[in-house]
Amino acid sequence: MSVETLSNTALDLSTLSVREINRTLHAAETGAFTLLHPNGAHALACGLNAPIDVSIQGHAGYYCAGMNKAATVTIDGTAGTGLAENIMSGTVRVTGDASQSAGASGHGGLVVIEGDASARCGISMKGVDIVVGGSVGHMSAFMAQSGILAVLGDAGEALGDSIYEAHIYVRGTVAGLGADCIEKEMRAEHVAELRALLDRAGYPDIEPASFRRYGSARSLYHFNVDNVGTY
Amino acid sequence: MTAAPKNPRTAPRKSATFDEHTLSEIRRAAATGIYDIRGAGAKRALPHFDDLLFLGASISRYPLEGYRETCRTDVVLGDRFASKPIHLKIPITIAGMSFGSLSAQAKEALGRGASAMGTSTTTGDGGMTEEERGHSSQLVYQYLPSRYGMNPDDLRRADAIEVVIGQGAKPGGGGMLLGQKIGARVAEMRNLPEGIDQRSACRHPDWTGPDDLEIKIQELREITNWEKPIYVKVGASRPYYDIALAVKSGADVVVLDGMQGGTAATQDVFIEHVGIPILGAIRPAVAALQELGMHRKVQLVVSGGVRNGADVAKCLALGADAVSIGTAALVAIGDNDPRWEAEYNALGTTAGAYDDWHEGNDPAGITTQNPELASRLDPIEAGRRLANYLAVLTLECQTIARANGKSDVRNLEPEDLVALTVEAAAMARVPLAGTDWIPGHNGR
Ligand SMILES: Cc1cc2nc3c(=O)[nH]c(=O)nc-3n(C[C@H](O)[C@H](O)[C@H](O)COP(=O)(O)O)c2cc1C
Repeated sequence: MSVETLSNTALDLSTLSVREINRTLHAAETGAFTLLHPNGAHALACGLNAPIDVSIQGHAGYYCAGMNKAATVTIDGTAGTGLAENIMSGTVRVTGDASQSAGASGHGGLVVIEGDASARCGISMKGVDIVVGGSVGHMSAFMAQSGILAVLGDAGEALGDSIYEAHIYVRGTVAGLGADCIEKEMRAEHVAELRALLDRAGYPDIEPASFRRYGSARSLYHFNVDNVGTY
Repeated sequence: MTAAPKNPRTAPRKSATFDEHTLSEIRRAAATGIYDIRGAGAKRALPHFDDLLFLGASISRYPLEGYRETCRTDVVLGDRFASKPIHLKIPITIAGMSFGSLSAQAKEALGRGASAMGTSTTTGDGGMTEEERGHSSQLVYQYLPSRYGMNPDDLRRADAIEVVIGQGAKPGGGGMLLGQKIGARVAEMRNLPEGIDQRSACRHPDWTGPDDLEIKIQELREITNWEKPIYVKVGASRPYYDIALAVKSGADVVVLDGMQGGTAATQDVFIEHVGIPILGAIRPAVAALQELGMHRKVQLVVSGGVRNGADVAKCLALGADAVSIGTAALVAIGDNDPRWEAEYNALGTTAGAYDDWHEGNDPAGITTQNPELASRLDPIEAGRRLANYLAVLTLECQTIARANGKSDVRNLEPEDLVALTVEAAAMARVPLAGTDWIPGHNGR
């Protein structure tokens, strides 16, 4: 990304409020912005609606880049709860770790967490693609509807509980699968799908064949008394 | 041969405990292994607004002249933090009911009727449709645990945002929409495979307690430029604490829904056994607002079994700023209408009792996604009926307010009320009629 060719505006949270910064970002239709001294502020760069480029230099609080549309947001640090929640499109990347519910209910776009993600990563996801360089915590991809969750490290308990049609790929170990989530065969189309995602996420050297695939057994799609223990 | 005289027998007696309905439910459960799911609210008799009376005016109080002296009905919702609050001409709003549970025609009719009367409608679990946005002059957009169809564009074109934590019919329960109603359009909006039984979460995916909610509200305000009022909706369970926490979290408006409140589809056991009647929930909610110095600053909207102008007036007298209606609005547009009796009979029920809304076979075309049935509802005519009904509620409420000497319906107060039963007196914290006894008050 050649940020240098665009005008780059520095916005400093030690002098500007979150409101002032978000107002500036919402008003921009193009351009690049660098947010300085975020110090864990909440709701930073949320509701972006244009193909702008935002670099956050430090730690972000809750709901950073929430509901992102079209923008590219990079956090050089860690992110709090609900990173890129309900993202629609664009890309959100965090170089460090992310707290729980990263990418929650995301409808599209790409979320890349280079470090670890906590519990409920990709909960209720609806089309977003999420790539985690490290590991994810328990209940990740809970009720995941569509999109892809790829984990280069390990996954915690109850992965993919009550999953619908999302695709999960994990390279390391899985502590346990949730209700109605099963391991599935890694066919050629899945290798290709994962290859393309890893390339988009900046992991060209990671081999898709080294992952295992998980998805829905679809046995909870219609209420059945014999499944009562899993409801 | 003469028969030996028979001893008289006691007549067959059915159990009050194991009554017809109970027996039929045991048989149904034994045959299917599935709990009973249905629409509508609690059906059992509960302490309700009918257990309260207004005193009216006499020598000690001065009434207003009906028709001639003004009695204001307008209300502003959400002026605590939002730069563009909602202005309602009447203190009656249309509650959140999802497209999916209701047909597009029904949503359009609700929008038309409400807009004609200068009040708002609300989306529901499943997102915003063009029909309701286009036909609602003021539309409240619900933010639910499922986040079906949630997107920032609709958030920005809404007039207010309602964070749904619970519903009176099922405090602590999630949404439910069965396969029959997940048609192509609903499936697409919710991002689900067509025809499956939808299970939805009862908790929001990205926050848990009130401290998180406060940050969530900040995020929603940031995304919408601090313009839209943010409502928080809770089912009536622990209203004193829940309303206090909603205020603390930064809500502009709190919506409190009692156990009689309708639902599109929920387990019968949940509807009938979880949560409290709205009658017992309003005073604790108002007490929380008053103790925080926020009564009338954070507006209180209440719902759950509001049927007529007297119910509206009683809610306001107990301290609410407005009411919200679901079931009554559906009835006004044609739900459970006796004209479809033959078809209700064919479904094994009768007009007035039909509540299998989750099955999507509604003869009235309201709680269905079947295009043939839905086309029976003319949104223009149905919208007109809703407007008429809202006008009657408003006139009735004004009639009562004037009789109690009030020039604004929101000047009604608990002092104008008495209770017919000890239960209602205790719950609504007004005296038993003809006495000064409020059970549980002042150590009595
Ligand atoms: C068909 C139907 C669908 C509903 N869908 C929702 C919903 O999506 N979200 C919500 O918060 N409440 C929903 N409700 C509850 C209403 O918003 C409201 O709380 C309730 O209907 C008020 O009580 P009343 O029906 O006695 O007027 C629904 C109610 C009905 C009847």
